[in-house]
Formats: sequence, C-alpha cells, structure tokens
Amino acid sequence: MAATNSRLRIKKADGVVQVEFIDRNILDEANIQSIGEEVSALVDAEASPKLLISFANVDHLSSAALGTLITINNRIRGKGGQLRLANIDPQIYEVFVITRLNKLFSIHETTEAAMKTFT
Amino acid sequence: MHPSRVLPAGAAIDHAKVVFSNDHAASERVQDSIIEAMDRHGFGKASRFAVRLALAEGIANAFKHGHKHLPSSATITMEFAVNSSKVVVSIEDQGPGFRPEDVPDPTLEENVERTSGRGIMLIRAYMTSITHNAKGNRVEMVYTKPA
Repeated sequence: MAATNSRLRIKKADGVVQVEFIDRNILDEANIQSIGEEVSALVDAEASPKLLISFANVDHLSSAALGTLITINNRIRGKGGQLRLANIDPQIYEVFVITRLNKLFSIHETTEAAMKTFT
Repeated sequence: MHPSRVLPAGAAIDHAKVVFSNDHAASERVQDSIIEAMDRHGFGKASRFAVRLALAEGIANAFKHGHKHLPSSATITMEFAVNSSKVVVSIEDQGPGFRPEDVPDPTLEENVERTSGRGIMLIRAYMTSITHNAKGNRVEMVYTKPA
C-alpha cells in the first residue's frame, strides 16, 4: 500500500502487520472511510491476518472511527486472525471505556507488549 | 450574534452563527474557532478534548442521520458562545428530526458490536448538558468549566 494519499504508516514485523495513523485527529467521516478501506485491503491480503494498530500519534477519535474499528475486528475474526490495539492516549482510552469497547478489543500499553500477545 | 456563512480564518471569535454544507474545511474551521476560544478563556486540555469530541459527533449526526435523505448541498446552522465559565453550542439540521430515546443503548451486550449509535452517548458523557428541540433536528450542548 504505497498510495501517495495513504493515511497510514504500514510495516510488517514477525508476521504482524503494524499500522500507525498519520492523522492526529480521526474525526472526519471521509478520512475514516478511507482509513477503513485501506486497512480492509491489508486484512484481505493476508490469509490469517495479524494486525497491530498503534494510536501513538492520535489526539482525537470519533464514534465513526470506533465503528470502523469494529468492522475491521469482525473482518479479521472472520478470517481467523488477530487484532491488537496499542499506544492509546489516556483520554482516548476513556472513550473506549465509556463505550465499553475496551472489553471488545485487545488493548495494550505499548507496541512491544501487544506484539507478545500474538499467538 | 452575527450570522456569517464562513468564519474568517485566524480571527479571535467568541460567538458566531455559521451556516455550512457537508464541507470538511468549513466544519473544521468552526470547530477550531470554538477550541481556540476555549483556550483563550482558560479551558484546560481535558475540557477541549471533551468539546472537540462532542462537536465532531454533533456535526456528524446532523449530516449523516439528519440529512440522510437530503442533497449534500443542504446546510446546517451552528451557533456557539464561549466565555470564561461555559461553552454553549447548538447544531440545527434540515432533516425530519429524531427521538433520542429511540437510539439503542450501544453499551448493552447485544449492541456492543454495532458499528454506529455511539455519538449521542459520547456527547452525553462529555458535555454538562444536551437538549433536543421537540422536532429533534436541533441539539444544544453546554459544557461548564470544571471548578
């Protein structure tokens, strides 16, 4: 995915596709849609996708972005894969707690910690 | 209040009435103006985070749900006023309105995997108050500065 308009930084390490957001604010519907399409293409390209999404650069995240994460999670589970989230700022983590999505997703403090949980 | 279609860039504005269609730049500008006004009036990072999120959710709801059956050129009207103690924002769309109580609770076990329906609950969680008009096409949100 080397598209010039990519909203993601992507690398592969130890069989895991690591995705980082370029945008600080993931609030705009059009951006969220294009992020969703880009991540879905990554998932589709793997037989049994292992995906780690890092929120290291992210300051704001809307409910539409949460909806897209749920769609991605379902897509990965449908292929017998694994999704991990990491480096979530405490203010954003609170959004996951309020919506109870902290129970649905596997969330880790750091990329290293998340990497250890893939099986 | 001084109605205007777009806010001048870079100006310090504490209150305004803005009318815009589903256009990212215009929406961003009004949100930035409110957050900058909060900064000038001494609202902290957590407060700005709360209001930024509520604004994004309110505007998204207006266009995505309120204007679902309207052309993309249809406009919403936003009014805001920021002072040293509170932020008041209203968002009115031209849609048929909705009943907030009809939105299913997204935190219930059976709804937790639904991909939408969290906007209103986040506004409720982060703002001091949220009220809808009787028709359900106008929302007013108030954020009071924590003591």
